[in-house]
Amino acid sequence: MSIVPLLRRAKFAVALSLLTIWVLSGASLAEEPQVPTAALPAAAKPTATPAADTKPAAALSTPAAPAQNEAGTPEAPAPVKIPVYYLGKRYQEPLPLSYAERPIPDKGIQGARMYAKQANKSGAFVGMGFDLIEAIVPENGDAVAKAREILKKGDALIVADLEPKDLLAVADLPEAKNSIIMNIRSSAEALRQEDCRPNVFHIIPDWAMRADALGQYLILKKWPRWYVLRGDSAADKDYLAQIERTAKRYGGKIVGETVYPFPPGSRNLDSGYQQVQAQIPMVTEQAPDHDVVWVIDTDEFFGDYLPYRTYKPDLVVGTQGLQAVAWDKSYTEYGSMTFQNDLYKLAKRDATERDYTAWLGVRALTDAAMRAGKTSVPDIKQFILSKDFNLEGHKGIALNFRSWDHQMRQPVILGGGTRTIVSKSPQEGFLHEKNVNDTLGYDEPETKCKFPQASNQR
Amino acid sequence: MVRPLPLFAFAAAMLVFAGPSFAGKIFVSNEKDNTITVLDSDTYQLIKTIPVGRRPRGVILSPDYKELFVAAGDGDIMDVIDTAKLEKSRELESGPDPELMAVDSKGQNIYIANEDDSLVTIMDIKSGDVIGEVPVGVEPEGMAVSPGDKYTVATSESTSMAHVIDNEKKKLIANVLVDSRPREAKFTADGKELWVSSEVGGSISVIDPTTWKVVKKITFEVPGVRPELLQPVGMDFTKDGKQLFVALGPANRVGVIDTATKEVKDYILVGQRPWHGEFSPDGKKYFVANGLTNDLTIIDVDSLKAEKSVPVGRLPWGVAVMP
Repeated sequence: MSIVPLLRRAKFAVALSLLTIWVLSGASLAEEPQVPTAALPAAAKPTATPAADTKPAAALSTPAAPAQNEAGTPEAPAPVKIPVYYLGKRYQEPLPLSYAERPIPDKGIQGARMYAKQANKSGAFVGMGFDLIEAIVPENGDAVAKAREILKKGDALIVADLEPKDLLAVADLPEAKNSIIMNIRSSAEALRQEDCRPNVFHIIPDWAMRADALGQYLILKKWPRWYVLRGDSAADKDYLAQIERTAKRYGGKIVGETVYPFPPGSRNLDSGYQQVQAQIPMVTEQAPDHDVVWVIDTDEFFGDYLPYRTYKPDLVVGTQGLQAVAWDKSYTEYGSMTFQNDLYKLAKRDATERDYTAWLGVRALTDAAMRAGKTSVPDIKQFILSKDFNLEGHKGIALNFRSWDHQMRQPVILGGGTRTIVSKSPQEGFLHEKNVNDTLGYDEPETKCKFPQASNQR
Repeated sequence: MVRPLPLFAFAAAMLVFAGPSFAGKIFVSNEKDNTITVLDSDTYQLIKTIPVGRRPRGVILSPDYKELFVAAGDGDIMDVIDTAKLEKSRELESGPDPELMAVDSKGQNIYIANEDDSLVTIMDIKSGDVIGEVPVGVEPEGMAVSPGDKYTVATSESTSMAHVIDNEKKKLIANVLVDSRPREAKFTADGKELWVSSEVGGSISVIDPTTWKVVKKITFEVPGVRPELLQPVGMDFTKDGKQLFVALGPANRVGVIDTATKEVKDYILVGQRPWHGEFSPDGKKYFVANGLTNDLTIIDVDSLKAEKSVPVGRLPWGVAVMP
């Protein structure tokens, strides 16, 4: 092997890392208000690309400004920098049941950082750059105040790593009216139904999509009798209601439903498994005849203890066991190993679902800007709602948002807790007159969401 | 499933095919088996299964047919196979995660898409030295050298562009936005058109190399097949240049496009998830690798009918054919 290629590679690696430093220079993990060094004023000027004046459809087939092409090199700093805000809060999160599994404090933000880098690489070819501005408040911090700071500068592109209450408070700020808020964290059903907001888009699947995704598979397997063992938090009850809906839609039956009666905390005991080994059969012994145990335990108090410990040899699905997720570390299809590898390189850990939804949230915003050739927030929103918006996200089909509730249409992975994915829903045979992915979650006729004016239909 | 043949079987096979044979060879990369299946292009009998690096995908022959280049993505290496001996003769340091590549007409340089690094590596084939690296968009995959060797085009799956490299200057001269997830690029033999397939976008963009603008977009429609499943990937022009065959992935079909009218004239049902294909040396057959059914479908070019499918390895991906 010649030494020449190695040297060339080394030289190039230096150039690349310089580029990376430049790309990330606007970003830092901080409490201080972040002002992007080259941020645009609120209503950003239209870009210099000729695409700006043409219809989005035309922009798709138009190469970037010739002058830019001639420059050609992605190393050249982009003339236009668009800020993308990652607005989050360090909520207390359930710890993994096992001490052996390390808590992950940076779920989400790592995925956002990853796509911000990619967006800048791609953007350099069309004369656009993006500043990912991390605005993450501490557990006792005020996400709404942080949002106000951001919105002082005008309409904003926001990736929101927020729980429903904070998310709605931010969305309802008068100054947030024309902003775009990507919900990457909460599956809460009300956010897509009675509490839907026209400035909020949901990347992460809601509980209804998750319940339908698992339900379709269970029906396909002819396992229609479900015994529900659940926690009693608001999120647990939310998921339960959607499983009941799925049972009705697809012919499943909830044969019994029990709130897990033992106080959490076994994880803190030495030899905790002895106690658990005695508890789980007691809880499942009285269950009526069933095909699977559907566990709802969003707080991770007991769900992971179910498999192999039930009274009868039970399959476990739900929030533990076989799960319906937007992403899993075992998912390898449609180029997703690139995602898995890149995230591992960046974060030194496996990818989580929130890393994916954050990645996709940044991607939705930045791809829309690049494809539309526009930098102003209302223009980007219009493009996201148009039929020209077709997002690539390693799911094998183009992803987009439902017009009636702004929930992202997407296949849902059945995996998690397994070393390979088990399946992906929608399942064969579950048909829809318009788009099979609309068999997952609330379809147009059922939605309780009413946006003030009709968005572009798709 | 195809396993490496025991030695005696291989010897027997060599006996059968010993002597002056005019039959060509079909090479198929098996992404999951980490092998290359070699078939006789007339009888479709297995000649040999060659072990290569991890996750082989792109395969391409040198213009003199003496060497086969195999991009083994997870091995971060390019294996070179001696097509006479049918064994690995050397390795090229391709850079990380090579996926597809193109060779110039003289067989001097190979242009490699390094998917994980957003790079096109230009390498001297003889010495294996890297003579240039051109940064392109994210996840480069499809590679094509223009007739006359003036340009090389790389498609970036994530950035969704066709990046045009001036081979002399080793610099980008144009970046053409196409639909989502462009997978392959092919120039027409006269160099007057560049065709780029967009898998998730479900279209083929025809680009004019004098302006580097998209002049036509071809889409697909099959009654009873969900539109999002019509995903063009591998493309090949027939030897007379009048038609383009395009594998349509999860639609389980090969589309046939009239290159003059740019209309889709036929859809041929093949195995599941066809990826890439290649024509027989006489141009009368088209061989397409079916990723999910682990076989190769043989299509008759005159009648546009699938004749039969022959088993290859697991997750077959790329196809190359030599006379």
